Parts: sequence; C-alpha cells; structure tokens
Amino acid sequence: MDILNYPFDSGYILKKRKSIKRELLSDGTSRIKKKIAVLGGSTTSDIVSVLELFLLNEGIKPEFYECEYAQYWQDVMFENPGLMKFSPDIVYIHTSSRNITEKISVKQSADEIEQKLTDQYKHFEVMWDKIKSLFGAVIIQNNFELPYYRLLGNKDASDIHGLTNFISRLNMKLYDYAGGNENFFINDINYLSASYGVDKWSEPKWWYMYKYCLCLDAIPKLCLNISNIIKSIMGKNKKAFALDLDNTLWGGVVGDDGVDGIVIGQETAEAEAYYEFQEYIKAHRDIGVLLTVASKNEEENALAGLDHPDGALKPGDFISIKANWQPKNINIQNTADEIGLLPESFVFVDDNPAEREIVSAQLGVKAPKIGQVDSYIKILDTCGFFEVTSLSGDDLKRNEMYEANAKRNRQKAMFESYKDYLLSLEMNALIRDFEPVDIQRITQLTNKSNQFNLTTKRFTLSQMEDIYNSDEYIRLCGRLTDKFGDNGIVSVVIGKINGDSLDIILWLMSCRVLKRDMEYAMLDSLVKKASKQGITTLKGYYYPTAKNNMVSTLYADFGFEKIQEDNEKNTVWSLDIKGYGEKNKVITVKE
Amino acid sequence: MDRQEIIKRLNEVFRDVFDDENIVVDAETTADDIEDWDSIEHINLISAVEGEFKIRFTMGEVSGMKNVGEMIEIIAQRA
Repeated sequence: MDILNYPFDSGYILKKRKSIKRELLSDGTSRIKKKIAVLGGSTTSDIVSVLELFLLNEGIKPEFYECEYAQYWQDVMFENPGLMKFSPDIVYIHTSSRNITEKISVKQSADEIEQKLTDQYKHFEVMWDKIKSLFGAVIIQNNFELPYYRLLGNKDASDIHGLTNFISRLNMKLYDYAGGNENFFINDINYLSASYGVDKWSEPKWWYMYKYCLCLDAIPKLCLNISNIIKSIMGKNKKAFALDLDNTLWGGVVGDDGVDGIVIGQETAEAEAYYEFQEYIKAHRDIGVLLTVASKNEEENALAGLDHPDGALKPGDFISIKANWQPKNINIQNTADEIGLLPESFVFVDDNPAEREIVSAQLGVKAPKIGQVDSYIKILDTCGFFEVTSLSGDDLKRNEMYEANAKRNRQKAMFESYKDYLLSLEMNALIRDFEPVDIQRITQLTNKSNQFNLTTKRFTLSQMEDIYNSDEYIRLCGRLTDKFGDNGIVSVVIGKINGDSLDIILWLMSCRVLKRDMEYAMLDSLVKKASKQGITTLKGYYYPTAKNNMVSTLYADFGFEKIQEDNEKNTVWSLDIKGYGEKNKVITVKE
Repeated sequence: MDRQEIIKRLNEVFRDVFDDENIVVDAETTADDIEDWDSIEHINLISAVEGEFKIRFTMGEVSGMKNVGEMIEIIAQRA
C-alpha cells in the first residue's frame, strides 16, 4: 500500500491506522501467519497497532501477545501462563535506556562500574537464554539509544563514569551475543534515534505523560525497521535492482548530451552525488543483490554511458542490460523471466514519477519516490528492501551463479538435442540427508521458494532443527555442480513417515536449476532411501498458490496417481515404489 | 480562528482517529460519549489534533482537559 511505502507521512499513518488496516485486510492477498510476542519495558500499544500495518503490507498476518506494562522480564522469567500458552514464533523486546536499572556515578571505582555493566547485561542475557529454551523463538531485541542529557558533558562519552560510555559498552555486549546466536537480531534504535534526532525521539513529555520511551511520531519509522527484520527472516527480501540510467545513475541524457556531456565523477557537486550513488548501488553486488538496467535508450548509448571512465559502475556489473524503447514493465518482466526471478523481487529505481507509476501498477514492483539525487541513497537505504539478517555463502556468490546461468543459456543454442546440452554441462549432484552446516541455507531456501514449491510450507530455523533431530522424517537436500560452477544447495525434500507410506510434506527447488532434471535425481534418491526404510508408497501433495503453477503437473509427470482433490484444487497423489525405474539420465549423483 | 471552524475540523480528526463517520462532537462531548475513547486512543487523538492545528499542548493541558469545549478554548487561543 502506497501510504506505507517510505518516504511516508507518519502523522497520517497514526491517525488513519484503523481504516488502513481495514483496507489491507480486504485486499484479498494471502498472508503467512506469525505469532509475535511484544514484550515492552515501556508502553507498546501504538507500536503493536502500527507494526501490524507494516507486516500486513509485507504479506505477513501477525497475531500479537502484548505483556502488561513494563513486564518484559517478569513475563519470561516467571513463565507467565498467557505467554506460555501463546507460544510465540517471534519475541520482540522493546526496551530502551529508560530500562537501565544499574545507576552509575563518579564516586564509583572502575571495578564497581565494570560489575554494574556485567549485571545489567546479565539481566538481559538470562532472559534471552530462557526465551530460547522455552520457545526456540526468533528474538528481536532493541539496543539502547543515547541518553537524553550528558551529566559529564563531552566526557560522558569517553569516561567510564559517563552514562553515554556505559550505554555504548552495554550495546557492544549485545552485539557480541548477536554474533554468537543465529536466531537473535538487534533492532538498532541507537541508529534510528540518532537519524531521527535524539532530542525529538526522546522528548521526555512522552515518558512523563504516557510512559513512551520515544515520541509518537517516531513509531512508524520504528515499526518499518522491525518489519524489515521480520520480512527478511521470512525470506521476503527483494533480490534485484532494475535501474534507469539518465538522471538516475548519471545526470543528463546520454542520447542527447553525448558520453562527454553526462554528469558523473568528481568534477562538480552533482557529479559527486551521482558517483556516490553508483558506488552505493555497486556495493549491493557484495551482499548478493542483482543489478539490472531498464532504460529507454539506444543500447550503444547506454553502454557508452556505463563505460564512462569517471563512473563507479561498469557494464560487467549488471546481469542484464535492457536499453531499448519498449515499455519498462515489459523489459523488467523479460529480465525476470531470463534470470528466473519473479518481477516482484525487483526494486525499480527511476527519477521519473510516470515510469514509476506504470511499473508499480503493472508489475506490483516497489518503485520508491527517490526525490533528487542527493536523497536517493538515504531513501532507498531506509526502505530496507535488502535487509541483511544472515550472510550465507550463497548470498555472497549469488551474482557469480546468475552470471554462470546466463552463460549456460547462451550455450544452449549450440546443441542438437536438449539432452546433449544437459550432458555437456557435466552435472554432479550430491544428494543426502541434512547436515548441521546446511540447515541455515535449507531454511532460507524453504522460506523464499515460491514457484517450484509443491506445498509452500514455511519453517523457522528451530522448526527445521527439530525435523533434523527427529527420526520420523526422511530428509534430502541436493547440491548441484556443473562445469560453470557450484549452484549450492538447490533442492529440499522432506517426507514424514506414516507406517509403510511416506507423506511428502515439502518438495521444492530453486528456479536457478529449472529444466536440468534435478527433480528426477531427487526422486530417485527419495525412492531409494524410502525403500531401505521399508516404505512401499509415496504420497505427494500439491497446494496451488498464485505462484506455483509450474509444478501443478509434477507428480503426474513423475507417474504418481491422483487419489484426492478438494474444492480448492488441493490434490493428493500416490506412487507405489515397487519396480520403480530410475529417471535421471544426465546427472552423476553422489549420496 | 473562530469556534465553528475549529469544531468542524475537530470533527474530522475525531472521525479519522475513531474510524467512525457518524461521530458529531460539540463542546460538551467527553470521553464517556465515544465508545473507543480510552487512555490509549487519547494519546493518538491528542497527537492528531496537534498535527491538525499545528500546535503543541502542554502536559498540564493534556491532563487537565475535561471535555471538547476546553480543547476548543485552548486551540482558539493558539491557532
């Protein structure tokens, strides 16, 4: 919903939240349900109602538990029955510097202050550990914002007796915990409040009157930040930029002004602004974001502009460059098809409001109002489209993988038959049970695969760990390598043992290896493993969604028989595995 | 600003905040007259009124206001 897209009008969101919620709930999108406990050290009611809007807007339907005023610690430590019964998937701990209970003063020794720092930290650590053991839930914890006043003036920051210093060191302890705990995330209110302005953020009348640790107007920004963390954990990050060129990546129009006439580099203030923006975009490659161009230009002019010696970006940084006179929504759709992504995974960056309007209306693509060049970075950055919650090896290599994909597509044209092409790829698959090191990647893949996904079931990391530790399941993950490179883990299958049959509750594959016969290799391995455990029948389930039509006939293609279909077209399929013949003929499989 | 104008604009704010197109406020209206007007919605209401008239109530004013009439008086002096 446009009202909730940053840059937004906080006052309007706060005032109209009831009707915004009604509108979101009636828009007909299907949403993933999540149980979120909001445990506050101050008032949280408006935070809950605004957070709900941002989550609904990301396709997540939250159910909330809210603790009584400032009972965040007691609720966990003394196992409040309401919280226990609720059993959250996610716990958000909304604490602030108002909740620092250890008082420090200049009369104390260094040892005493160190002890207070440890005590204050332990107060939180025991609670996180308890949440982990009670629920295995994801924890989102506020860090601490800078204090509203500085008793020691500037020395407050550098001297151990200063509250500013104490808070900074306390935050470092939080970050150390975050570094060692995968399901623990910091909601960085220290940055948010600084960016908003601590004087306004912490305006004390909100505390005196309503026991709010921040001003009401800052709540939408706080909630956007929390919802970015949550949607990222749920695999709902965007994956690619579709970038305009003229007046977006450089100043001026390369077709009119010529390469020498465009504004980029270090010579003028405007040129510097475009240069820094190019650097910002380029850095996204390192966190696995794909760069593409959608520009109305002659291709040779576009390439010449990108080859400008003073620019930071080069043509080789892009997975795809579409510079022509077709409508941009068509170009983005084509780019998406070529690299195997959905259009909605793109963020469209264009200075022209009319282009933004068409692309977002036609494709449902986010197209933020980026303003003038000196605000491009700040606005895109605040939107949090690519919020990093984990950096897996595959994220870092994603650009290489998609580049290899593009190479493969070019080579396809040279072969007589498709099978010859597949054989020429020299594919090797490793298909085996999960191992602890894979579980993060498996969970990530499970939560973001939409198209080749039969049941679209989502799992948190701890749910996946439970499956890993249980002997009621047969699990397979498949890694595929070919002569162009390693695709990483690309397919996951989980079956639940039910007597002598196996219920296949999850079957998914990354779209980057579509049409490589990897699904046959997975089925071969599944049948082998199942029959070893005395299973005679495989049962497959297909639940249609708006996105997974490509696998509607998968079980039929595999030779399963349809045994059930309900009103919503959910189907159940069955395969007797006696006499099963191996289907994969092109991949060498190791198990 | 005259009181008629203030009432008209206040009425819009009340309708937005309580999401009810049938609300009609006057000087006598109190929290008891509007079903959803509790301490939590009060924060949101005060903030929305401040935004509408580009004024800030003091802490004393917020806790001292007995009815919409008193709110109108404060706005009339400031806006």
